[in-house]
This record gives sequence, C-alpha cells and structure tokens, in this order.
Amino acid sequence: MGIRLYFDFHFHSCLSPCGDEAMTPATIAGMCKLSGLDVAALTDHNTCGNCPAFCQAAEAYGLLAIPGMELCTLEEVHVVCLLPDLDRAMAFQAEVYRRMEGRTNDPAIFGRQLLMDVDDHVVGEETAMLSGATNIGVYEAAALTESFGGVAYPAHIDRESYSLLSNLGLWDPAMGFPLAEVSRRCPPDLLRGRRDLRGVETITGTDAHYLHQIVQAEQAMEVPARSREAVMAWLRRGGR
Amino acid sequence: MNVRELAHVMALTEFIMPEPEREVSGGYVGDLLSWVMGRAQTGNVWLTIMSNQNVAAVALMAEVSCVVLTEGVRPDEALRQRAEQQNINILGTKLSTFDAAAVLKQLLR
Repeated sequence: MGIRLYFDFHFHSCLSPCGDEAMTPATIAGMCKLSGLDVAALTDHNTCGNCPAFCQAAEAYGLLAIPGMELCTLEEVHVVCLLPDLDRAMAFQAEVYRRMEGRTNDPAIFGRQLLMDVDDHVVGEETAMLSGATNIGVYEAAALTESFGGVAYPAHIDRESYSLLSNLGLWDPAMGFPLAEVSRRCPPDLLRGRRDLRGVETITGTDAHYLHQIVQAEQAMEVPARSREAVMAWLRRGGR
Repeated sequence: MNVRELAHVMALTEFIMPEPEREVSGGYVGDLLSWVMGRAQTGNVWLTIMSNQNVAAVALMAEVSCVVLTEGVRPDEALRQRAEQQNINILGTKLSTFDAAAVLKQLLR
C-alpha cells in the first residue's frame, strides 16, 4: 500500500511581480496546510528566491515542501520546474538568471519583487526583471531541469496565454515532458479530442497569485514513501 | 498623425482610448511580449494578437502610442482595466496582422 498525498505544485509568492504582497512564503505554507495539502511547491516566475523561506515554513507546518520555479521559455511558454533540494534549486536559479535578458524590474509597471524570510520579514527586493522570457527554449527546458536533478512540465496548457498549446500549437513528445499541467478552469473534455495529447497525463495546478485562490485540496497521488524523491519519481513516470 | 486620426482612417474599434492625441510614428508587429519589450519604439503602433493584461505593461514600458489588436481579437477584462489605469490606447481591427501592417505602412509613408 502506498501513501496518499494531496498535492499542488503551483503557487506564486510576493517575489513574483504579479503575486499579491500578502502571498508571503510563510503565509502560503500555512494556507497550503489549511487547504488540506500534504505536499506543495513554490513556483515564482524565473526564480527560487523565496523557496528557502517557503520550505522552512512548510516543514514547520508538517508539509512536504518542494523548491520550484515557473520558468518562462524563449517562446513565452510557462514551465513548472521542481528541484530535489534547495542547493540544486539555487544552482538552477543561477543558470536561469544567467539566461535572462538582464533587464531591471520597474516596480511601478510590473510590481514589486519581495524576498522574504520565514518570519514574514522583507529581506530584500529582487532587482532583475523576473517578468519576461529567458533564452531557454521549450525543447531544452525538461533536459535542463533534469540536469539539476529536477523534473519539468508545461504549465496551464489549456490557457490562452503563456501556454504550450497557445504559443506552439501542439504537444511534441520530443520536448521530453512527462506530463502536463492544466488550470482549475480547464473543461474536462477540452483536451480529449486532440490527437497530439492522446496518452498525455495531466495534473491541476492552482497557479495562485492571491491567498483566496488557495482552496480545498482536490488531487492526490499514491507514492511508496513520503519524500521529495518519491513525489518527483511519480511525476517522471507521468503521474503513475 | 495621432491615434484618433489613425482610428478614423483605419476604421479601428476603440476599446480603450484615454490618450487619443498621442502622435503615431512607425509600427511594430509582435506577439512575444519579451521580444516586443526590447524592440518596439516610442510612438509605434503595436500590432498584436495578444490580449492579456501584460500587454498594457509592455505598452507602457515601450511607450508605444497605441496597441492594435488584429484578427478580431478583443481585450480581456483584466487588460481593459489595466489599460484604463495606465492610460494605454487599445484599438482593434478585423484585418489580419499582415493586412493591418500593410495599411499602416501606406498611411505612415
């Protein structure tokens, strides 16, 4: 018998320019616990900067926490990237930063990018513009994440912007993604008729940018152990 | 030519037009926002099929004179709100991007 874990791997903190400032890493962790999740990941745009605070807070609440990032590829396709530990998350972040265009964020236009500690203190503001594409192509994203020990899959493929289907038109197995994320609003039959998506498993990501978007946990996985490795292996097997 | 005159001669739909007097100079075509951000010039007419709220942020940053949504695309509610807050002109046309660009090029010669 496996262990049943309720999961959601798509949350934005106040470090994402579009994330609400009430979305502090510790508050998100608390809301995740209240919503009934067992395992959660923080996935800010092109950064893992608030993952240390999130993981520490989540573990204090008894959650299994996974450091993550929502990578924006060259084609402006959003990809959820999950990393096995904080060290490799930070190394992955360094690689992503190296491959951004080097613009500075204008908080008045895009919003502030707050770095927080586990006690909800602002410890800094990220100056690099996180809202925007990297030069990492969508065919490279899965392999790059794997090279840091992680797993990656395209985010909200049912959406009309920043999604693999909207920007590229079709699913190509050569991209190497083990499964896909759909949004909560995705109609159940939307993807069924598509030949390219036959056999592609999907999971739901909340993509919460505001606290009220963190709602009752709905999806669970069955894994042999309550560990990051087991969770990531389940994802790599295509949600099996 | 200003944005109001452009809207008139191209028979554009006026979704949000808080600054009709802005002068139009040249145009830029693109849908990948990061690409547009670094390339569209001040005063350009930006032709795109993207209709999410980040279009307003990029238009503000690039200081384009207006956004023209082509192919009959309409702004979503979030884009309407941001455009109103940030004084961004959002217009629309049923023309394809190619045809709209061709007409614009003629007008701005």
